[in-house]
Amino acid sequence: MLVQRLLMRLATTLVTLLGVAVIVFVVIRVVPGNPIAMMLPPGATAADIDRLRALYGLDKSIAEQFFIWLGGVVRGDFGTSISTRQPVLSLVLGRLPATLELATLALFIAVALGGLLAVIGTRRRGTRTEAAIDVANGVGLSVPDFLWGLLLIILLGVVWPVFFISGRVSPQLDLPVVTNFYLFESVIRLRLDLTANLLAHMLLPAVALALPLAAIIAQLLKQALKETMHVDYVTLARTRGYGETRVILREALPNAVLPTLTLVGVQFTFLIGGTVIIERLFSYEGLGNMAIDAVINRDLPLIQGIVIVFAVLFTLVNLLVDLTYALLNPRLRHG
Amino acid sequence: MMKMNRRTLLQMSAASVTLSVALPKLAAAQTIDELVIAYNVNLPQWDPTTGPSAVNPTIQGIYQSVFDQYILQQPDLAPAPGILTDWGWNEDRSEVWMDVREGVKWHDGSDLTAEDVAWSLARVAQEETGSPIQFVWGTLANHRVEGNRVIADVAQFDPTIFKWMYFLTGYVLPKAYYERVGPGGFEAAPIGSGPYMVERFERNAFIRLKANPHYWGQKPEFESVTIKFVTDAGSRVAEIESGNSHVTLEVPYEEFDRLKNRAGLGGVAHPVSDIGMIFFNDIDAMLDDNVRKAAVHAVDKQLIIDRLLSGYGVALHTLQTPEYIAFDPTIEVEYNPDLARELLAASGYGPNNPVRFTVQTTRGFKPKDFEMIPAIVGMWRRVGIEAEIEVYEVAKHFELRAADQLAPAAFYNWGNSVGDPTTSTGFAMFGPSPHAVWDGEDLIAKIAPLWGEADEEKRIQGWKDVDRYIAENAYVLPLLQYVQPILHASGVKVVPHTSGALLPHLMTRA
Repeated sequence: MLVQRLLMRLATTLVTLLGVAVIVFVVIRVVPGNPIAMMLPPGATAADIDRLRALYGLDKSIAEQFFIWLGGVVRGDFGTSISTRQPVLSLVLGRLPATLELATLALFIAVALGGLLAVIGTRRRGTRTEAAIDVANGVGLSVPDFLWGLLLIILLGVVWPVFFISGRVSPQLDLPVVTNFYLFESVIRLRLDLTANLLAHMLLPAVALALPLAAIIAQLLKQALKETMHVDYVTLARTRGYGETRVILREALPNAVLPTLTLVGVQFTFLIGGTVIIERLFSYEGLGNMAIDAVINRDLPLIQGIVIVFAVLFTLVNLLVDLTYALLNPRLRHG
Repeated sequence: MMKMNRRTLLQMSAASVTLSVALPKLAAAQTIDELVIAYNVNLPQWDPTTGPSAVNPTIQGIYQSVFDQYILQQPDLAPAPGILTDWGWNEDRSEVWMDVREGVKWHDGSDLTAEDVAWSLARVAQEETGSPIQFVWGTLANHRVEGNRVIADVAQFDPTIFKWMYFLTGYVLPKAYYERVGPGGFEAAPIGSGPYMVERFERNAFIRLKANPHYWGQKPEFESVTIKFVTDAGSRVAEIESGNSHVTLEVPYEEFDRLKNRAGLGGVAHPVSDIGMIFFNDIDAMLDDNVRKAAVHAVDKQLIIDRLLSGYGVALHTLQTPEYIAFDPTIEVEYNPDLARELLAASGYGPNNPVRFTVQTTRGFKPKDFEMIPAIVGMWRRVGIEAEIEVYEVAKHFELRAADQLAPAAFYNWGNSVGDPTTSTGFAMFGPSPHAVWDGEDLIAKIAPLWGEADEEKRIQGWKDVDRYIAENAYVLPLLQYVQPILHASGVKVVPHTSGALLPHLMTRA
């Protein structure tokens, strides 16, 4: 049953990706902004324009360009970036780990903070503490991530400069890494100075990304917990003399967490999307930052590559959430 | 071997985090050993001679830190001996000759020779290298070396050929090294002969530069320089304010004024070779001389500079700034709204019966670009011009301009770091150029003979005459010369360059 579901999802994922590829390919060629016009030097002639169009394959029809590009993608060749003249795939894969690490750290912070607030709010329901948590949730939800970013830069970067506000790692530090998963690798290699430096760079952007998600998690989980607190098995646990905190953590939480898990999965994809602005704000060398440069330069092959990688990520995360949900939900697990 | 348990691990982590997060404060407090610059754009590629990024004016400062141009350009835009110590044409202008400086070393310690210069020039003359300036370099052919002199045949005479040698793509690259490592190897480990060597490059993040011990010119004062790419203007302000960076540029003028006198900081605001202008297209209402002239006379440029740009700007009457060689201070177009009204009345227009057209502008591409246009539209409205504002991205502007489909009026900025009239008035106003918007035959006839004018004095006077003709006929609306704001720590002295290039080797300890 599970294998069947998995195969079905993989098939729909491929169709989705093909759809995304077609839409992106057509849209970025139809929207205003000709990459050749962008790169014309002073004194260029009409012949120069034709030469450049031919050089970048833009003299062919959109359909022809698409099939040439698709053929390359099937062979693992996503083309060459116009602005950097580097292979798109290596550029994108080189930056992807930075974005994944940032998004994952943000997710951890959001889950930890949101979960903690939900548990405290449930434990202290009906008190001023719960009201304060509700207000904090409201603020967290209504302030967008980039505004949190600006606020954090001013507070913890300028007024009280305790964290780095740009980049991913201090340029002065030696980086003895073989992958671009710097944080993960620094932990594995026990290079804790590097880990600390990376975290000091990543913390502010990760918190800025995490706060809105933490508010959503806190609100949803608290609601689910409150509903669960009235069901029979929780009452039974209470009659056994268990403390309220234990009842929440051991009895209510495992059941209340399922709807939150689905939401976290969906929100994680939005969180990855949010890295575009946050990475720009913190000059973080991830995929989002590169995406903005690609759009500004009308670097069509690079835009395509980045969007496809984002699409793959989104569909994989959704797939993972579905599978995790199926594994955790006994009704689905047993068919 | 150190034994690691959970407690030790936690202690080390806590100590490391404490040490690490303290770093930003320490950097600000200590004397400057390593200069940190928050730069406003990313560096897409290292080869400064081929590919589309080679003509990006905003990254030339980085290129000039690592590579030498054939001819040195001084901060006031004047040329000076660089890798070439002397240059010129033979008598009948059928050949160019260039003497190459002796004793110059590449970053790997090998000698820079006349062969390198000849190869660099010949390489970018070939279309297949992807040189965006091939149409200029291709005017020279049959490059050859005679001792320490490089000679090339003139395939097509271009009076500005030596000016291009300190302009876009005019860089000398190492022949032997490039041929050995290829384009990919060069991108991975670029070497030049400039004041700094590339120590480390993290794409989209930073460059670490180390002073070149063999540099032929004055040795840079800062041994190590880190250039961080901080593309958001607000983040650059935070970088300098927090002490994370020592120098930054292109910040909003309001922030510049707020921070330049703050303890520990300083500021330099210097006019650069970048101007704001409004193209007129020879369509619709712009075909009426009176409308164009009224549109020009109605604009109070100084007021725009004072009110919108905090006074940072120089009002212009032609496309030449005072630093350009064809600048003529006698050409003036007065601000005269009464005259504008008279001109419009002569064509049957007035405040109650306004002439209507569209004006296009970018938003946020240059400082206050969008804000300037409503101000101008307000000035126009008072005399009888009703302009509708259309905002577009700069990419759209380029596309429309190349296709000659811009609206009757379109705001743009024009850079000309070499200061020659061909690369300002020439390419902007000569109809057949894809950059030009006004295509009048009268103007084409006046400009055409100047491209190949061999007599320099006559050539410059010719361009001055063209500028006067353009001003008299209001074929374009020049607005202002931009001023580049640079914020720096008080421990650094920054020498601004009129080209707009931020050059770390010109920076010293204050």
